Amino acid sequence: MPKTYEPIATTTLGSAQATVTFSSIPGTYTDLILVIDGTVAADGSFRLYFNTDTASNYSWTQLYGSGASAASNRGSNDTRISVGRGGTSQSNSIIQVQNYANTTTNKTVIGRGNNSGAIVNANVGLWRSTAAISQIVISNESGNLQTGSVLTLYGIKAA
Amino acid sequence: MLLIPGIIGSAAPQVGDFESIATVSGTGSNSSVTFSGISTDFQHLQIRWISKSTNTGSFNWLTFNSDTAANYANHYLYGDGSSAIAGADINQSRINLYGSSVTSSQANTFAVHVIDILDYDNTNKFKTVRAFGGQDQNGSGVIFFSSGLWRSTSAINSITITANSDNFNSNSRFYLYGIKG
Repeated sequence: MPKTYEPIATTTLGSAQATVTFSSIPGTYTDLILVIDGTVAADGSFRLYFNTDTASNYSWTQLYGSGASAASNRGSNDTRISVGRGGTSQSNSIIQVQNYANTTTNKTVIGRGNNSGAIVNANVGLWRSTAAISQIVISNESGNLQTGSVLTLYGIKAA
Repeated sequence: MLLIPGIIGSAAPQVGDFESIATVSGTGSNSSVTFSGISTDFQHLQIRWISKSTNTGSFNWLTFNSDTAANYANHYLYGDGSSAIAGADINQSRINLYGSSVTSSQANTFAVHVIDILDYDNTNKFKTVRAFGGQDQNGSGVIFFSSGLWRSTSAINSITITANSDNFNSNSRFYLYGIKG
């Protein structure tokens, strides 16, 4: 049986870092799943960009609950995709990057963020590029990812 | 497997516990795709897909085993960038996945979906689906959750995904996976 769902890379932060990069991602999978488990400097969304593109080619739409109400917002012509959520208490985010190696379509991402101390959210993000994704750079809008945070990138391979 | 006294061990997941079953594509002229002949070898199913409509369709929907009677229901929660909207449909002929398509005016941009069908071959209970998906078009878009119910105790052996009122773009891709128990 061929491997269908397997870890590509994982990193555990030994010190606080502003960014974490997964590079040289092989194009041999169908989808990628990024799992972030840890803490950040303050409550805030994770921010992703792909390859080396930091131009305004990203956009996103968010649905979130703050403990009192549900709301939705968006960002257009952004330099990053906002997705997932981190905080000072342990939180996790699971982010799906589908058909990441396809060179015909723009790339759409969906993700869930679970920061039990502040916000639960769901996001969809768009990268207006048909380039295959070979690198993902992750940061958080609130500041550094903290020591002990674990980030794992998985690949799913269709038949 | 390491067993620690006082702790009940369980087998570690094995390679292949999440298995690819089948892949189908849009053709540009098909309004639906079907996975048929699904075996009962798994505990759960997951469908992952990217889709785009050739015209102005606004969502996709699911049916099982060719049942198009009013045996379905769904609840949904979505955000459109300005507000959060919740609702429900009852006695439907399908499970609606609102907000899950983009129109042909958005070049190269597709909606994405991850759908889980739990205990799909259990013949003692109705079937429940959880759906997560969305699409963003740089200034518009939707992120959504849905739960879906099929009021049937039949094992699911086919799944049809349909585009609302139009066809799937030829770059639409649909992937069915099985998860072992």
